[in-house]
Amino acid sequence: MTEQVHQITVTVNGVARRGEVPARRLLADFLRMDLGLTGTHLGCEHGVCGACTLLLDGVPVRSCLILAVSADGHAVTTVEGCCEAGGELGPVQQAFQDCHGLQCGFCTPGFITTITAYLEENPKPTEEEAREAIGGNLCRCTGYQNIVKAVLRAADLKRERESADE
Amino acid sequence: MKPPPVVYHGPDTVQEAVRLLAEHGGHAKVLAGGQSLVPMLNMRLTAPARLIDVNRLDELAYVRTDLEGVRVGALARHADVERATHAFEAVPLLRQAVRSVAHPTIRNRGTTVGSLVHADPCAEMPAVLLLLDGEVLLRSDRAGERVVKAADFFVGPMESACEEDELAIEAYFPRPKGRTGTDWRELSRRNGDYAMCGVGTSVRVDETGAVTSAKAAYIGMGPVPSVVDVTGADFSAAAEHAADQLDPEDDIHASAEYRRHLARVLTARSLKAAYEAVAP
Repeated sequence: MTEQVHQITVTVNGVARRGEVPARRLLADFLRMDLGLTGTHLGCEHGVCGACTLLLDGVPVRSCLILAVSADGHAVTTVEGCCEAGGELGPVQQAFQDCHGLQCGFCTPGFITTITAYLEENPKPTEEEAREAIGGNLCRCTGYQNIVKAVLRAADLKRERESADE
Repeated sequence: MKPPPVVYHGPDTVQEAVRLLAEHGGHAKVLAGGQSLVPMLNMRLTAPARLIDVNRLDELAYVRTDLEGVRVGALARHADVERATHAFEAVPLLRQAVRSVAHPTIRNRGTTVGSLVHADPCAEMPAVLLLLDGEVLLRSDRAGERVVKAADFFVGPMESACEEDELAIEAYFPRPKGRTGTDWRELSRRNGDYAMCGVGTSVRVDETGAVTSAKAAYIGMGPVPSVVDVTGADFSAAAEHAADQLDPEDDIHASAEYRRHLARVLTARSLKAAYEAVAP
């Protein structure tokens, strides 16, 4: 059987990207295989681990649980898009480096995207709220302590950068 | 861990979606939030010939509150239900329970109506619909629209009354009558996991504070969500009585006896919290 293909256009990190995909192509695989954006990582492929989390129209979702064809016409932000306009590390990325919030790095893209969106919603989380915010992401290296610190550090950095811009 | 080949339809209107279901119903699955369906596709636990993606049906992306209660359209995400303050004020149990549905990231995409149709015996929202005596509105080319009461909707594990050619359009959660307090609580091994036992309660009191009605709904305790009427007993006796009515199974997460123990403890706590929310 020849698989039916669909023409899709997805705005990825601000750039409209076209593709031709079979219906069963997962959004994560469209990014990785069709667009070569391998920052989005696939861990469990059934929505448990959170590694593939990206922002769909600004909202964190699992890209292993969305078909690329369903994302046609929508905007996606991946970890590659969580940096500053000039390409420097974004506040969440910088905080992960500062706090040693990663070891192997496999889960990190999912954390970065999740936390980036979370800080828009809650710019000044408590430690407890920070733990809750990352409850849907698994990390098998760090033991989470430094990731929690990174959430709080990212909130500080984001505020500092925003006030510096004003 | 990739979905099997499938023919995709992305209708732009409800009418078109219903027509596609009439044509392909027996071989098609409706894709809404996909937070249960896509994992099942990825794991090849299901392999429908066609997917009918309803994510373009913006007309169904609503949470509306009126004097009767809250109406949740088929494309309203769990997160929309959670955030809608008017829905919380009318039917507090909606927000109380939806916060236990998986993680925020899953709630951003998963739909409440999809969860009802999926009818997982461990899912929260079916029990909420049942406890509130809600309804689901279904539409097909064959039968037009019909309304199914919650008590008739959950037929078996992962089986609802929604026929193969029907599209679930809306769920209706009535406002509790009189002075009614509600509560949701559950215990899972990790925050966001499926509950080993989940309990929702609804307690109505008169103006003197005397309980006139008390009910408890359960998830993870049988093949379908269940409601036990515990009116007339004090809360600890009610919890004993309710736990005796339940027949949970052993599985890898918890033994039947442990689940029954959880039901006793959680029911007593939940009834107390629901009562205290409205007691004078």
